[in-house]
Amino acid sequence: MSVKIFAYILHKKGVADDTALELLSAAKKIDPNVSVTALVAGSGDALEKVITQILPSFNDVWKISHDSLSYVIAETVRPMLARIIPKGSIVLVPHEHFGMDLAPGLSIKLESAFVSDAIDFEEIMDQKIKLVREEFNGQVSTHVVCDISHGAVISVRAGAFKPEGSKTGKGQVTDKTSEAIEGGIPGQKRRYLEVIEAEVGDVDITKSDILVSVGRGIEDQDNLDIIHELAETIGGDVSCSRPIVDAKWLDKSRQVGTSGKIVKPKVYIALGISGSFQHLGGIKGAPFIIAVNKNPKAPIFQVADVGVVADIIEFVPALTQKVQDIKA
Amino acid sequence: MEILVCIKRVPDTAENEIEVNRDGTDIERDDLVYSVNEWDNYAVEEAIQIRDKVGGNVTVVSVGDENAEEVVRREMAMGADQGILLSDDVFEGSDGKGVATILKAEIEKGKYDLILTGAQADDGAGQVGGMLAAMLDWPFASLVNKIEISDDKKISVGREIAGGNQEMNEMDLPCVLSIQTGINEPRYVGIRGIRKVASVDIPVHGMGELGLSPDRIGKAGAKVNCLDYFVPDPGEGAEMLEGSTDEILDKLVEILKSKGGIK
Ligand SMILES: Cc1cc2nc3c(=O)[nH]c(=O)nc-3n(C[C@H](O)[C@H](O)[C@H](O)COP(=O)(O)OP(=O)(O)OC[C@H]3O[C@@H](n4cnc5c(N)ncnc54)[C@H](O)[C@@H]3O)c2cc1C
Ligand SMILES: Nc1ncnc2c1ncn2[C@@H]1O[C@H](COP(=O)(O)O)[C@@H](O)[C@H]1O
Repeated sequence: MSVKIFAYILHKKGVADDTALELLSAAKKIDPNVSVTALVAGSGDALEKVITQILPSFNDVWKISHDSLSYVIAETVRPMLARIIPKGSIVLVPHEHFGMDLAPGLSIKLESAFVSDAIDFEEIMDQKIKLVREEFNGQVSTHVVCDISHGAVISVRAGAFKPEGSKTGKGQVTDKTSEAIEGGIPGQKRRYLEVIEAEVGDVDITKSDILVSVGRGIEDQDNLDIIHELAETIGGDVSCSRPIVDAKWLDKSRQVGTSGKIVKPKVYIALGISGSFQHLGGIKGAPFIIAVNKNPKAPIFQVADVGVVADIIEFVPALTQKVQDIKA
Repeated sequence: MEILVCIKRVPDTAENEIEVNRDGTDIERDDLVYSVNEWDNYAVEEAIQIRDKVGGNVTVVSVGDENAEEVVRREMAMGADQGILLSDDVFEGSDGKGVATILKAEIEKGKYDLILTGAQADDGAGQVGGMLAAMLDWPFASLVNKIEISDDKKISVGREIAGGNQEMNEMDLPCVLSIQTGINEPRYVGIRGIRKVASVDIPVHGMGELGLSPDRIGKAGAKVNCLDYFVPDPGEGAEMLEGSTDEILDKLVEILKSKGGIK
C-alpha cells in the first residue's frame, strides 16, 4: 500500500499531547511499514519545543508556524491543512474537543471520506479500510468499512492505542508555512477571544481517595440523598457523570470526565453510570472500581473490578445501612 | 433571526438496553422506544430562547423515514415555528456526508442566519454539523455551551474544551454551531403541547424537491458503511457479585474495607 498517512499533533504550552504517539501506533496498525508524517501547527518557541519532542518518533514533521496560530483555532488551521495535505492521504486526528472542531470539515475540504472515533483498525483491503467503532455510548460495537480511494480523515479515540515507543524516526522537519498561508490567513470569520477557566467548587474531587460517583441511573434529584448518605458513611466525596451536571443537580466541579475533572482516587464507586469513554477518560491512576448498574451489559462492567447488578435506589441505602451496622 | 435546527430521531438509551440482533446486521429494533436525540433537544431549546429574545423564526428539520415526523412534531410542540421532513427512499443508507448533503440542499432553499445541530447523535459520530459548515463555506464551532447574540451580523459563542474550561469566540453570521448538552434546561413538553400541533402540516421534501442526484446520497453515495454490529469480548471484566442481597452486601463491605474504601 502506498497511501500516505498524516498524524495531527495536539500540544499545549510547548508539550506534545499523549495522543501524538497514540496516533503513530494507530497509523502502524493500518500499515506497519508506513512512514508517518506529523502535522504540527502553532507559533514561536512553544512550537519548536513540541517539534524537538516528537522528532525522534516521526520520519517527517511538517510544521506550520505563524502568529495567527498562537492559539490554534480549527477554522484557521483547517484551510491551511487543506492547502498542504496531498489529495488521497489518510489523516489521523485525535477525537476530542479540538479534533471534533477540525476533522469533519477537513474531510469535506480534502474531498475525502470521514470516520470518527475509531478505536481499532482491523484490515486494509483494496482501497478500503475496516475499522472498529462504538455506538450508543459503547453499548454496541460496529465494524465499519471506509472507502479510502480518495483518502480519508479519521478521528481516533484517545487511549484506544498504546503509544508507540520506538524512536525510529528520521527526524526531518519541513516548513510548510508559506504554502499554508498562500492566498491569505484563513478563519477570519471566527475569532478567538479568551479561555474562561472552570470554576472551583466547594470540594476538590481531584484530591479525594474515595469517590461515590452517581450517574443518570439515579433518575431523580430527590434520590441524590442516598448517594450523599453513602459517601458520608464511608468517608468519601460525591462525584458524578455529566447528565447530573447538565440537569443542574450537582455542581460542574463534581463532574468526572474529559470535559470535567480528572480524578485519581483509590476507590471509585460508579452508581448508575453506563461507562462512556468520555466519563472513563476522567478516571486515572487505576483505582479499584466498583460498579452498580441494573443493566448486566452496561459497558462499565468491562472496566470495573467488582460489579453488582442491582437497582441503586434500593441497593445504595442497604449498603449504607450495612456499613453503619458494622461501624456501630 | 432565522434559525434552522437539525434533529434526528434515535432510540432512547434511557428507555432501552441496546442489543445486537440475531445475525449482527443491526441492533434489535423491535420494541425500541425512540425520541429526539438528546443533544438536538438542547439545540431546539436554545433556538427558541434566541428567537424569544431577538425575534425571528425557528425551523426544525429532520432527515429520516416517515416515523421521523413524530420528533419534528414534538420539537414544534416545544415551540419551533415550522417543521420540515426530508424523506425519500433514496436517502436510506446515507453516511454522514450524505446526510449533510441532503441538509445543505434544504438550507440553500431558505435564507438562514444560524444553523444548529447537536454535538453528536446515537452513533457518536459528531460529524454532520462540521461537514455542513464546510460544504456551505460558513464558519463553524463545535461543542457550543453558550450563545450571545451581538447583532444581526455577529454572535459570541462559548465552546466546551477539556477540564470544563470554556473557549470564547466571536463569529460572523451566517454560521453553523453544534450544541453541547447543559447549555440550557430544555422545557418540558406535555400532552397538551403535542395536541396543539397534531394537525399542523409538515412538508416532506424528497430528492426531486431538493434537486439532488442519487450518486452523492444514500447507499450508493456512501463511502462509509456499517458492516456488522457486535458485542466485544468482555475480556477480564468485573468480578460480578452474586447471591442474595445480603450476601452481596457482606462481600462488598469486605472488599471495601480491604481496598481502603471505608474510612
Ligand atoms: C464532547 C463530549 C464530552 C463529554 N464529557 C463527559 C464528561 O466529562 N463526563 C461524563 O460523564 N460524560 C461526558 N460526556 C457524556 C457522555 O457521552 C455520556 O452521555 C455520559 O457519560 C452518560 O452518563 P451516564 O452514564 O450517567 O448516563 P447513561 O449513559 O444514561 O447511563 C445510565 C446508566 O444507569 C443505569 N441505570 C438506570 N437506572 C438505574 C437504576 N435504578 N439502578 C442502577 N442502574 C441504573 C443504566 O443501565 C445505564 O447504564 C461527554 C460527551 C461529549 C459529546
Ligand atoms: N438524519 C438527520 N436529520 C437531521 N439532522 C441530523 C441527522 N443526523 C444527524 N443530524 C444532526 O447532526 C448532529 C450530529 O449527528 P452525528 O454527526 O450523526 O453524530 C445531530 O445532533 C443532528 O443535529
